Amino acid sequence: MYLYDEIDQQIVDERVAQFRDQTRRFLAGRISEDDFRPLRLQNGLYIQRYAPMLRVAVPYGIFSSAQLRMLAHIARKYDRGYGHFSTRQNIQYNWPRLEEVPDILADLASVQMHAIQTSGNCIRNITTDHFAGVARDEIVDSFVWCEILRQWSAFHPEFAYLPRKFKIALNGAEADRAATFLHDIGLHAVQGGAGEVGFRVIVGGGMGRTPIIGHVIREFLPWQHLLTYVEAILRVYNRFGRRDNKYKARIKILVKERGPDNFREEVEAEWKQLRDGPSTLTRAEVRRVESRFVRPSYEPLEDLHLAPSGPFGAWMKRNVHSHKQPGYAAVTLSLKKTGVPPGDVTDAQMVAIAGLADHYSFGELRVTHEQNLVFADVRQDRLEDLWQELKSLGLATPNIGLLTNIIACPGGDFCSLANAKSIPVAEAIQRLFDDLDYLHDIGELDLNISGCINSCGHHHVGHIGVLGVDKQGAEFYQITIGGNQGNRGQTPISAPAAVGKVIGPAFAQHEVPWVVERLIEVYLRGRESEDERFVDCVQRVGIEAFKQNVYGHADSPRQDREPVAA
Amino acid sequence: MATLIRRGRIANPSQPEAGEVLRLEPADDPAKVADRLGTAARVEVNFPSFTDGRGYSIARLLRERLGYQGELRAVGDVQRDQLFYLARCGFDAFLLRDGLDAEESLRALQDFSEAYQASVERPEPLFRRR
Repeated sequence: MYLYDEIDQQIVDERVAQFRDQTRRFLAGRISEDDFRPLRLQNGLYIQRYAPMLRVAVPYGIFSSAQLRMLAHIARKYDRGYGHFSTRQNIQYNWPRLEEVPDILADLASVQMHAIQTSGNCIRNITTDHFAGVARDEIVDSFVWCEILRQWSAFHPEFAYLPRKFKIALNGAEADRAATFLHDIGLHAVQGGAGEVGFRVIVGGGMGRTPIIGHVIREFLPWQHLLTYVEAILRVYNRFGRRDNKYKARIKILVKERGPDNFREEVEAEWKQLRDGPSTLTRAEVRRVESRFVRPSYEPLEDLHLAPSGPFGAWMKRNVHSHKQPGYAAVTLSLKKTGVPPGDVTDAQMVAIAGLADHYSFGELRVTHEQNLVFADVRQDRLEDLWQELKSLGLATPNIGLLTNIIACPGGDFCSLANAKSIPVAEAIQRLFDDLDYLHDIGELDLNISGCINSCGHHHVGHIGVLGVDKQGAEFYQITIGGNQGNRGQTPISAPAAVGKVIGPAFAQHEVPWVVERLIEVYLRGRESEDERFVDCVQRVGIEAFKQNVYGHADSPRQDREPVAA
Repeated sequence: MATLIRRGRIANPSQPEAGEVLRLEPADDPAKVADRLGTAARVEVNFPSFTDGRGYSIARLLRERLGYQGELRAVGDVQRDQLFYLARCGFDAFLLRDGLDAEESLRALQDFSEAYQASVERPEPLFRRR
């Protein structure tokens, strides 16, 4: 984790004072609701269905046990004893009081945390690979570059009132674990011919109402130019992005309307003016940021070739990941136990997890965009002890990468934007697929649920996606298949992130698990081997056979009904 | 009456000007007034709504690309809580929206004592000064 110096701390403290004053003026009636909205949003504060919602930044997903204890304290003191980890690698509180938010921000600042730019039409939290720094296929440690970008984007004076929100993802490894083709800007580290580091620059990807796979506008950007180039993109977007219609205001629409080639030319022309200017990065700055990251001091160990069977073996297979340091492993703590809303953690669990992080993983942990937690640096000879402890906390469900590792937004239970609930649908699917052997047989499958087209639950890139839609006031669910968040490293980088295809008319809530079962049926019958994943099978055979087994099935609830429009 | 803040002080907005006042709207390209900048009394950039951030880029282009040195005034929906960013982008005068407290607004220019990025006020980013 990056450790603040005095300046970083001072800036965050001044932000708390600024927001305290803004809140005071708002509560005194001296700032109108409309004028206050962008100010509170840029401090992560929404006014939600039942209460405000506060989104706290976990910059690029890494945090310490001390910070997690503070998050637990906030859950206990200001909220209802739990927090929700989101797909943006942030944590959200659903029940804070507006009056107390400045105090919450002050508590956060005391452990080098904040809620800066976690919402609003500005540059949001930068996300990355949750295995940064430990993955075997690493090109660069993406945390260092994310921190450089965090500092550049925090309080950027020119880009606080963009046409719409702006999300940047940076990936430092061969495999794309940051969904770089699905962000406003995706940056993918690459090595040039002489071993020099640069970035492939992707723009205009995104989910939401208009899902689009991003375009590569530069194959190789030398690292020194990272900030000036990103600044050029942002300036073109800030000046020319659409502001007349919020549904067409994301950069993906600008790139689409101008065409990727024209957009690239505009960016390059702007960059020509900024290139080699004062924001050009220096080796000294990269080293300074690197040196402020605390590194685990690994012991010299050998890899153990563990091959246990039984429940521990199942957990090893799904939740333990290879590590570049011999004798160590990365471990995913599943926040996807059946019956618990995906991503939710109680204050007591947080405290317990913080203790385990201290004991097993150098006091650090990560949150993933799949809403789980990761201990990145666990000794292999202590995995079994850790597993026992996690089991007793309900955090050892061996389902990482499997169907029940569902990504879901908070949905209609909490969110005022949602058309439909997400959490009960996730739970119903988890209950239907509760047989572990069956789950493991189905193999890797991303099932993602969004309660509305804003797609916080990433349904577009779910191998199976579930989208809540409103049909004359009733909650319905549209199903997509064949979405994919990015290549997994076995294939070249262009190998595809993909947007799922709609299989047909939508379903009622109670019908969704049945549909998933029918889709799985087709896959298990039709897969070439156990190595062919569900999504590979869909991409090979197309969606027709899947549609048939859902809508043409004798028990289908939908075969004789009118289509439901999304 | 609306309050004018100019170069860090409360000023008289009805003071007569010697020279041309140029006014840019959010969609305008600042390059179109490039050849008149040398003789202008001031340039005004209009913010029809404070949430329309195009004026921030316009200001930086005027200062950093076109080398404009004279008064650069933000007009329209100009409020206290945007002054700090506006100043960093090169505005040195602000015609505040009606009803805002002038003294309190002035203090907004001191909201932060340091910033990470290069800006018109401070062309070296923090990392070159650390």
